[in-house]
Amino acid sequence: MNSFDHFTPATLNEALSILSERNGNAAVIAGGTDLLLRMKNHILKPAAVLNVKRIPELRALSFDSNEGLRLGALTTLRDLTRSPLIRDLYPVLASAAGLMASEQIRSLATLGGNLCNASPSADLAPPLIALDAVACLVSLSGERQIPLAEFFTGPGRSVLQKGELLKEIIVPPPQGKTAYLKHSPRAFMDIAIVGAAVRIQQQGGKCQQARIVLGAVAPTPLRVRSVEESLEGQTFTDESIRQAAKISAEACSPISDVRSAAWYRKRMVEVLVRRGLQAVAL
Amino acid sequence: MKTLITLTVNGDAHELYVDARRTLLDVLRNELGLMGAHRGCDSGDCGACTVIADGQPVTSCMMLAADWNGAEILTVEGVAQDGQLHPIQRALVEKGGIQCGFCTPGFVMNIKALLDENPHPTEAEARAWLAGNLCRCTGYAKIVEAVMSVAEGTS
Repeated sequence: MNSFDHFTPATLNEALSILSERNGNAAVIAGGTDLLLRMKNHILKPAAVLNVKRIPELRALSFDSNEGLRLGALTTLRDLTRSPLIRDLYPVLASAAGLMASEQIRSLATLGGNLCNASPSADLAPPLIALDAVACLVSLSGERQIPLAEFFTGPGRSVLQKGELLKEIIVPPPQGKTAYLKHSPRAFMDIAIVGAAVRIQQQGGKCQQARIVLGAVAPTPLRVRSVEESLEGQTFTDESIRQAAKISAEACSPISDVRSAAWYRKRMVEVLVRRGLQAVAL
Repeated sequence: MKTLITLTVNGDAHELYVDARRTLLDVLRNELGLMGAHRGCDSGDCGACTVIADGQPVTSCMMLAADWNGAEILTVEGVAQDGQLHPIQRALVEKGGIQCGFCTPGFVMNIKALLDENPHPTEAEARAWLAGNLCRCTGYAKIVEAVMSVAEGTS
């Protein structure tokens, strides 16, 4: 690792001031499980490291029946798997977090890190986007909110500007049923080669609202809006689910890499979307 | 850049000036002389460096010591009491859950974290919990047997 200045601000304002003074040359560290790897491998050589773990404003974990769930950026994957609130009201987030890495890494890694690193395979992104989550970003000039579906702009890239921090994620009150399915070559300790989140809200036997969000098969997490729209207003059948799964597979643009071939990822998108819809819609 | 931090390790408080680049694993081994936590992969995959920080199992190679100012750390050196092996250590010895021994301290700490939270795990729960610890001798069956024998031995 190259040497760097290390800061541990105690307040959000202090952190934002340091970020602003450093003009983008400070790396934000929370869990550190992604950042330190890149620093050890000399992929990143930040001049300053800003430890945000002592900032109370980033620690929200609360629910309000109108506003929904507030999840601070510092929420760890372990918190997501253990919180009775999340297990009860948003079980898909607890199960998605539980599919990631190991017990040791889940104690360290945070929600904010998983999202801000903007890996196309980030496991928390598809279920949160399916839940219509909103990202709350904060800088010295104030706060702004953006749908999480619009947060990612490419592999490792997001709308986060220099001097800006992800403060928290706001998830609307739970509506319908949500599932996240992950496919990876190994059962544990592996990155998704395909992730698929589906959320279906039905009334009177008809689909009111559908969300289908894919991970690891495009430069960013991908909402398959054409399929969502085709399902809304319809009654689910085996055939309509098969069709939706097939079109979802055609809608994505995976790459071939060391983990999987593109054609295999597409096939698995079809399988996971079908299984997901069968689980929540029938 | 050096930072002054306080770490409580196995019950003893230490004030240390640490280079900001040092990981918790570096500090345990090189500053405090505690060689139990091992550097395996140095990337958070193998679990040989597992310690318990503020009650949670963590890979100490993936933590900057400076980020953990004030933390309470338990390492494998702190689990035996009054010269007596901890029941987890005894079970690993008795069941043959140790071959070359390199991964063992990490396993001891992660098994302790498991049994502290869930004293009676199923075998499937134990295997899932230990997914973050690799044994290159591949002695997993005996390690899991040891975990289950400790779990059965407590009520």
